[in-house]
Amino acid sequence: MLHALEGSQAIAQAVALCRPGVVAAYPITPQTHIVENISKLVADGKLKCEFVSVESEFSAASVALGAAATGSRAYTASSSQGILLMAEVLFNIAGLRLPMVLTCANRAIGAPINIWNDHQDSMTVRDSGWIQLFCADNQEAVDTTIQAFRIAERLELPVMVCMDGFVLTHTLEVVDLPSAEQVDSYLPPFTFANKLDPRRPLSLGTLVGPEYYSESRHSLHRALQKSIPEIVAADKDWKKLTGRSAGGLLTVEGPKDAKTAILAMGSVVSTLCEANEVLAPKRKTKLIKLRAFRPFPVEALVQVCEGLTELIVVDRAFSPGQGGILGTEVRSALAGMKKKPTIKNFAIGLGGRDIPLETITHLLDAAKEQEEGDFAILDVELNKLPPEDR
Amino acid sequence: MAKSSSQLKDEILKRRSQPKEPAAPVTDESDLARLRKSQPRFRGLEAGHRACQGCGEALAARLVTEAAGPDVILTNATGCLEVFTTPWPQSAWRLPWIHSLFENSAAIASGVEAALKAQGRATKVIAMGGDGGTFDIGFQALSGMLERQHNVLYVCYDNEAYMNTGIQRSGSTPHAAMTTTSPPGKERMGKRHLKKDLLSIIAAHHIPYAASASVAYPADIRRKVRRAVSITGPTFLLIHSPCPLGWGFDSERTIELARLAVQTGLFPLVELERGEITGVMPIRKPRPVADYLKIQNRFRHLFVEDPRALKEREHLQALADHNIDQYGLAGEGADPLDADGADTVRRGGLVD
Amino acid sequence: MIEIRIHGRGGQGNVVAAYLLASAAFEEGRRCQAFPNFGAERRGAPVVAFVRIADKAIRRRCQVREPSFLIIQDASLLHIPGVLEGLKKGGGILVNAPQSSEDLSKEYKQTMVALPGTQLANEYLGKPMPNVALLAAFLTLTEIVPHTALSKALTHRFKGEVLAKNLKLVEEIGHRVPAGLWKGVADAARA
Repeated sequence: MLHALEGSQAIAQAVALCRPGVVAAYPITPQTHIVENISKLVADGKLKCEFVSVESEFSAASVALGAAATGSRAYTASSSQGILLMAEVLFNIAGLRLPMVLTCANRAIGAPINIWNDHQDSMTVRDSGWIQLFCADNQEAVDTTIQAFRIAERLELPVMVCMDGFVLTHTLEVVDLPSAEQVDSYLPPFTFANKLDPRRPLSLGTLVGPEYYSESRHSLHRALQKSIPEIVAADKDWKKLTGRSAGGLLTVEGPKDAKTAILAMGSVVSTLCEANEVLAPKRKTKLIKLRAFRPFPVEALVQVCEGLTELIVVDRAFSPGQGGILGTEVRSALAGMKKKPTIKNFAIGLGGRDIPLETITHLLDAAKEQEEGDFAILDVELNKLPPEDR
Repeated sequence: MAKSSSQLKDEILKRRSQPKEPAAPVTDESDLARLRKSQPRFRGLEAGHRACQGCGEALAARLVTEAAGPDVILTNATGCLEVFTTPWPQSAWRLPWIHSLFENSAAIASGVEAALKAQGRATKVIAMGGDGGTFDIGFQALSGMLERQHNVLYVCYDNEAYMNTGIQRSGSTPHAAMTTTSPPGKERMGKRHLKKDLLSIIAAHHIPYAASASVAYPADIRRKVRRAVSITGPTFLLIHSPCPLGWGFDSERTIELARLAVQTGLFPLVELERGEITGVMPIRKPRPVADYLKIQNRFRHLFVEDPRALKEREHLQALADHNIDQYGLAGEGADPLDADGADTVRRGGLVD
Repeated sequence: MIEIRIHGRGGQGNVVAAYLLASAAFEEGRRCQAFPNFGAERRGAPVVAFVRIADKAIRRRCQVREPSFLIIQDASLLHIPGVLEGLKKGGGILVNAPQSSEDLSKEYKQTMVALPGTQLANEYLGKPMPNVALLAAFLTLTEIVPHTALSKALTHRFKGEVLAKNLKLVEEIGHRVPAGLWKGVADAARA
């Protein structure tokens, strides 16, 4: 049914539809509205679950970890510094192969402290072993949240649903919420084979020495790689059920014969797609919306890049001293292509800087000038800096 | 060639699914292995783990799990206990057990308990950690767990330093003790700061039950564990667990050391309910702290010709006297439940 | 697509105003988008929120720089540079101010419609929250959606006495501004 909902409210409803056993959270802007809404659902008796208000993000992730290990469907949400504070636990959850879902309301990392949107938080934990799915609008975020539980539980892997802080979490828009019956038919009750149970005592999280550590890491790597078909299937089944796709691994939009493409993740794709229609740049341009960042869908990406002469990768975070993170990964993924496009790489909209429609034109213009292999912050205003920092 | 982890896992699972043979009656009392198998007492921590000889923590953990019984889930902070009980693919635990990280045993336990509640299961949760994981790095998670009133018993095995990483100073290390990060020297006489009064901080959370115990008094540990797990709500147990390696004493003297810590007043055994002291183990004849200090290498520098050494010994004696005074440990007359008699009376007799 | 920018002060229900206006459009089957200019502002500080209303999905997520309409919840904000910036030619400005529209327009040398929103809110709601009064007047001026749509949106957000008072306010204050004055602008933006 269609509703006009704030993104956070829609996510809270989606989480409730998944019937979590334990929700643990610590407040951090801009994630707060999600967990506030969940706690209200619990207070009103509309959601039967244990809501644990913890004393830090570290404990939020730890409580969710403990709950998942005990066989309960577990959920938490965080942002920015919170994601970094729980980083150690995030690696642990993935290493223990515990299924759970986390919403990352994407936000910049300080210093300087900044509460606004970019992707530095989830990018910083990209090596944690979590599946990371990025959403372009609130409908995708709702649908991805529900799919995430299914993916997580089938694969015994944690899933991070990344949605842009404020830009999505605080935006009211029309969202189609599935019915409880639909979600129940899609997502069976959670059963966890390795749960903590005195009737079958297992030891989880044991010390693993050099003789088994590599094998353990290998199996995690393989699990992430093998999650690709599961992510595709989860979205396909969802489409069968609701008529909506949340974007599979990636989707392509725009003129089919375009030789130039812009690749990005998250809500910026939304804006760029409309810009592509409204401003119709002279250089025909496609938009590639990457939804799955982990696992990185190399094969699918290579396929959609066939025939392109130019690929502009838009990052919402970067690695200082290196460059765009997504850009670097795309370059590596396409390295084996016979006729690969020249790859240009820009970061935009860092720390909440507004991304207007004209960005598409600026990107296309700047790409002409950029040397292959370079990286730049597109919307940086150098005149604000002392000459030595420019 | 080593088996792959999945092969081993399969093998373990297969073995586990096979029906167990019923315990054979003991015919030959010298057959210790069979005797162990047939003993009726529940053992949560099995023999064969890799703790050092005379490890106080291993003994304490065995006593705790024995008293708590089989319907328990354990969470374990990173530390010696985790390392010596679970070198993959082996585990010494007969209870469901999870280790996540150093600083989150209490938070993991909170999550386990929340899940049990959500599932309507009555299994008791016991969180465990050493003093590093409890006094220091895991303190915030512990405080949160207590404040939120999770139905969890938290047990801290206190061996007064980071033993697992090689005997570094912790917030629990006693004043003047030598560790690898508080070495004595021209400018220092060991640790410069006092042992953190954790129990008082715990008590300030006004939880239903908090107590200290010592491996020198097994019956007292069992009683306190049973009391703690019978309460719905957060409870806390601090168990003094000597470390032969870290403290520098012979492995066979663990119990003697632990007993001396109590008898000198340096480690008072007390019980607190909702923050109020409701029980202490009296000390009829307090021993001088030197008796306890001089048999440990970590205090060796206090027994040399140096005016600073004398001053530190006096300081430690004053701390012990203060404990005796503060908790009213000086028993009057003959008291069968004091530090000398407590365990002899209780062993084999009434325990509660 | 109709784009609206709402200026207010922290604590005046600026975001709620944006959400209500978007929700009212949704009630009439329109697509909508509303979001605050996310800030760390405290009570009393100038704040901005944006609303977009369209007949098909709205995908752009940038701030509204060239609105067709401005709703100003506090006349003192007119002194702040940038508040009136970007208004489309012929666009409408609705201001919460006690004076007449003529006086206000004269004072700021720009055509504006004034509504004594704070006074009305005190009268109807018992507290100085001008947002709903301004929205009711805005719908009278533009006729983007009928007042019943705003009432429906209010019903989803409030209940009990607060809801009843707000509904009464919406019903009774519409006539205070000229009906359909900005309908042409709204229709042009929609097309």
